[in-house]
Amino acid sequence: MSELILGFWNGLWPEARLVLTSLFWVLVIMVPLIVAVGFYTLVERKVIGYIQGRVGPNRVGFHGTFQWLADVLKLVLKEFVIPANANRFLFVIAPIISLVPAFSAWAAVPFADGIVLADINAALLYILALTGMGVYGVIIAGWASNSKYAFLGAMRSAAQMVAYEIAMGFALVGVLMAAKSLNLGDIVRAQEGSIFHWYWLPLFPLFLVYFISGVAETNRAPFDVAEGESEIVAGFHVEYSGTGFAVFFLAEYANMILVSALSVVFFLGGWLNPFAGVPWLEDVTAGVPGMVWFFAKMAIFIYAFLWFRATFPRYRYDQIMRLGWKVFIPVTIFWLVVMGLFIVMNWPWINLGFTVLGISIVLILLGRFAGSKTPVTT
Amino acid sequence: MKALSSWIKTWYLSELWAGLALTLRYFFKPKITVYYPEEKTPKSPRFRGLHAQRRYPNGEERCIACKLCEAICPALAITIDSEMREDGTRRTTRYDIDLFKCIYCGFCEEVCPVDAIVETRISEFHFEKRGEQIMTKEKLLAVGDKYEAQIAADRAADAPYR
Repeated sequence: MSELILGFWNGLWPEARLVLTSLFWVLVIMVPLIVAVGFYTLVERKVIGYIQGRVGPNRVGFHGTFQWLADVLKLVLKEFVIPANANRFLFVIAPIISLVPAFSAWAAVPFADGIVLADINAALLYILALTGMGVYGVIIAGWASNSKYAFLGAMRSAAQMVAYEIAMGFALVGVLMAAKSLNLGDIVRAQEGSIFHWYWLPLFPLFLVYFISGVAETNRAPFDVAEGESEIVAGFHVEYSGTGFAVFFLAEYANMILVSALSVVFFLGGWLNPFAGVPWLEDVTAGVPGMVWFFAKMAIFIYAFLWFRATFPRYRYDQIMRLGWKVFIPVTIFWLVVMGLFIVMNWPWINLGFTVLGISIVLILLGRFAGSKTPVTT
Repeated sequence: MKALSSWIKTWYLSELWAGLALTLRYFFKPKITVYYPEEKTPKSPRFRGLHAQRRYPNGEERCIACKLCEAICPALAITIDSEMREDGTRRTTRYDIDLFKCIYCGFCEEVCPVDAIVETRISEFHFEKRGEQIMTKEKLLAVGDKYEAQIAADRAADAPYR
């Protein structure tokens, strides 16, 4: 039997073999990702419940472990209604358009040193291009629905996503300047050293800008005006039901996991050991595979998404736009200029974020000290 | 200095961090959820649930068809027909409570001179077919017979306050 398979395998054209092996590796990434998305929806309900003093779903399976499967099953078994006078082709293709970039961007994400599906040199550009594609899914969905509400929702979220993509892009330019490479593996390798060499500290404001923009980009709370459940109906996917709706949700959650993974790669040193440089802990944790560190760091951001949702009230639409255009973009541009200056002058830019953070902490403490003498009533 | 410090705090999202710290504390706090079918909260003896008709210890039904409950029922959920029994006493031939109309106010129980109609602490009941929501005399008596111990205990517990 095994010889038969082996013979069949060797009898194939090399091109076919390449396609089949690639397909295998794509599945190796995609299937766990889809399962992770399923569990993420469950974890979201659990975490938000815990923060609100509840326990969340706890009926299906052990502590609700299979709740997500039941939800998926319910969505898939429901009818996929295509509204009258909707553009049928675009209506069906829109969820797929928003799903494909969310999944294909994973090809360039390095899970550990050398463990990456496509080790391409322009990975950063590839990811920026693909995350930019996500907007089309939203716009096309709103347009094809032939409903003014869906269309308005699409406009809202499209404007938001475009605005934050710019800030996100600028934040990544900072990473690019620091690492001098577009390859994600090289970006991680450039952060080698202790936990303070990871870019979250040297590029401190960019790190915050990147993650907050990521939250806004994926239309998550507190930036979820596109589908603010408590104030408007679903937004761009009002007319979607059943599988189409499920695919939009799959895309949204896959995007959240992707943003978490990218934040780890760009700012938290990817697969690097956080204890590097710490005398005793470094030896103890030397045997831990990089992938474990990668997923552990990802979990922080994945939790942060839910944490934000449970903590912050929703922004008003004009506040979202103001934050994107008038705060994040100027901040990133200013930081890029300062950093560019440091790099051109060959000054140690790596201390920049640390210095700014230190000075502002001192100033905050001084302000508290000064303010303690005269109690202020506001 | 103060203004500068607060300006810096704005940039470092200090108030947002405070909010996050608060929710994180709540994340680890004990949860107050009652796991309902397995765990139940205690019920008062005055709980007004499913209705029942009681009997005297000798097996005679208490209801004397005075129709006070029918008169007081604010939801007009009670329908009573009566006749004279062979031994000369007045008894109901029909005593229906429409549980869809009933608002569980407990007036019928309060007005009853012989403590015949009572509301038990049974809160878990359901109907599967149209018409099942009408509690007939037989059904009411059956509930009363089944839960008489509990009903009597609840009345006794509440007696000092009546």
